[in-house]
Amino acid sequence: MSAGVELDHVTVRFGHFTAVDNATLDIRGGEFFSFLGPSGCGKTTILRTVSGFLDPSEGKVRIGGQDMTGFGPNKRPTALIFQNLALFPLMTVADNITYGLRVRGASRAQRDKKAQELLDLIALPDQGKKLVSELSGGQKQRVAIARALAVQPKVLLLDEPLSALDLKLRQHMRNELRAIQQQVGITFIYITHDQGEALTMSDRIAVMSDGVIQQVSDGKSVYDLPDTPFVASFVGENNPFAGKVLSADQTGAVIETPFGPLRGRNLKNVKPGDKAILFVRPESFNPVAGEADCTIATETLSAAFEGNATHVFLKGPSKKVITMTVGRHGGLALPSAGDMATISYDPAMGIVLPDGKMARE
Amino acid sequence: MSSRLLVFALPFVVIAIFWLMAKRESKLAHDPTHKSFFERNGAGLGITFILLVAFWSLFLVTLPYLYMVVESFHPKLPPAQRGGPDDVLTIAQYKSFFVTPTDGTPNTNHMGAFLFSIIASVAVTALNFAICYPLAYYMAQAGTIQKVRLIMLGLIVPYWVNEILRAFSLRLLLASRGLINQMLMGLGITDTPIDFLGNNTGLYVGLSYAYLLVMVFPLYNAIESLDKNQVEAARDLGAPWWKIHRDVVMPYAKPGIASGCTMVFMLSAGSLAAPQFLGGPRTLWFTSIVYDFFFQSFNWPRGAAYAFILLAACIAFVMLMLRLFKVSLGETIR
Repeated sequence: MSAGVELDHVTVRFGHFTAVDNATLDIRGGEFFSFLGPSGCGKTTILRTVSGFLDPSEGKVRIGGQDMTGFGPNKRPTALIFQNLALFPLMTVADNITYGLRVRGASRAQRDKKAQELLDLIALPDQGKKLVSELSGGQKQRVAIARALAVQPKVLLLDEPLSALDLKLRQHMRNELRAIQQQVGITFIYITHDQGEALTMSDRIAVMSDGVIQQVSDGKSVYDLPDTPFVASFVGENNPFAGKVLSADQTGAVIETPFGPLRGRNLKNVKPGDKAILFVRPESFNPVAGEADCTIATETLSAAFEGNATHVFLKGPSKKVITMTVGRHGGLALPSAGDMATISYDPAMGIVLPDGKMARE
Repeated sequence: MSSRLLVFALPFVVIAIFWLMAKRESKLAHDPTHKSFFERNGAGLGITFILLVAFWSLFLVTLPYLYMVVESFHPKLPPAQRGGPDDVLTIAQYKSFFVTPTDGTPNTNHMGAFLFSIIASVAVTALNFAICYPLAYYMAQAGTIQKVRLIMLGLIVPYWVNEILRAFSLRLLLASRGLINQMLMGLGITDTPIDFLGNNTGLYVGLSYAYLLVMVFPLYNAIESLDKNQVEAARDLGAPWWKIHRDVVMPYAKPGIASGCTMVFMLSAGSLAAPQFLGGPRTLWFTSIVYDFFFQSFNWPRGAAYAFILLAACIAFVMLMLRLFKVSLGETIR
């Protein structure tokens, strides 16, 4: 059983500070939905508002169509997985998992049965008698998931639960979380600052900055068709070229840069004379000359070989550096440090967006 | 005299035995890299350390109590007869707690006072816990820093006032023509003044108040380190507030609770001023009896015996409680 979550013009203020500013969005039942943004962007505040630990200053939260105003965290059909997991250290694994059932008055037998079931789900059978401190990081993670699932929530809220794990385990847990979500079929709302996690697991992503939802769409659109300079610069690597728009029509826009006029897609309908930023991803560059308004001639600063690809760093506009990432299959000669280099991109891979705030480096 | 000498020699004999054992040990397992205590600290500092520790542990801790133990096993004699043929070892002083020495009847008076003191101390401990737990929880988990500082100040400043003044001002408050009774009568809640002092309300209030800090701080220390997320997690899983406290906060704070309760119980059972000033006229607190033996009838042996009975009973009771609640003694003094 799953339920959708609806944020209806939700604003959360702490004194004079607005943590979430007029967030409106509709999370569908059974969806794996992520909030992605840097720390302090308001994503955790949204999660705490949905779970009931915070009340919105304005607006409403609806879960399964029902207004949640006045419902405390213990009365909502949500379960929260904390960043530090917050497992109960003095209880056994099984007691942790079934704590939600115990406070609802379930009998010992019912609880034992449920614990067995969930321990099987998280692939930790026969570990119920152990203390939480005897488990490894990944196992604790799974116990926290089982504890939250035990109360049969309609919505599972996850607050960066993988951030404490090492890289390999984190990648493994991504797959596992996704698999569990598909198995139980309930809505997952996932909070993260790690774009890799958001992109690999989510059906849809909301990118947030300074309390404002910048864009809501699936991972591919967030990466390929960013709505704002913040999204373009926060999700993945990107090379910004800021300047005035020289000419623009529905298909493309040309902007004035220190490297001459450069062209990109005009999705946000900028007009000649506007201040705009052209974004080109490092992997969109090729180390050869292309069309005149998609070619940049500049000095090579250095190159970094990373196995599957090589990053070439070139002198960019003002003090910025242009990064070009070249795969191994091209067989093209790469410029070496100090050389002049000519690089180009497919104009379909450049995105022109109206000027705006970018993510901090 | 001989028994007294023997007992006073005991600590020195024990020290000598340990010293010889250490000597033997170092001879058997000779470690050339090991430096002796004096080599490490130098002769001057080493001797100072030893003298200070010896003075503290022997003269301030061990010997006074040993003297009292010895005294409690002797008859009460005028100074001239001490060390004479009548100065024999006896358990008469301990026996006198149970059986009145003059007529051989059960000593219900003293045993009753003893029981009352223990039970009243348990009640005071429970009352104190009921007051301090919410306060400590608020201070440790819920309150803002400014408010917590204010509460701390409010808790500590009254302790600058001396005990006598505090007890007598409580008396003024609770007396039959005191502020509270006048208020109750003024509001028409009661016609005749309630005898707060006679029914021991004053005693409980005074004792609870006296040991408030002793309870609050161990609780505060224990609860303060509890991860707030634990409380939120329990709440998120559907627990009402009292189950959160029963299942998450209290088990976590158990060492602090045990520590606070032990101290409040021990201190109340052994307190002297509050029961004397605030207890009802018919209330006989056990420590008052002990006090009277020492200072009214100059019967030090019997006073010492009574004090040790109280000490032993309190320790036994606390141990039993710790065992019941599955707390180790080490945890309570953390």
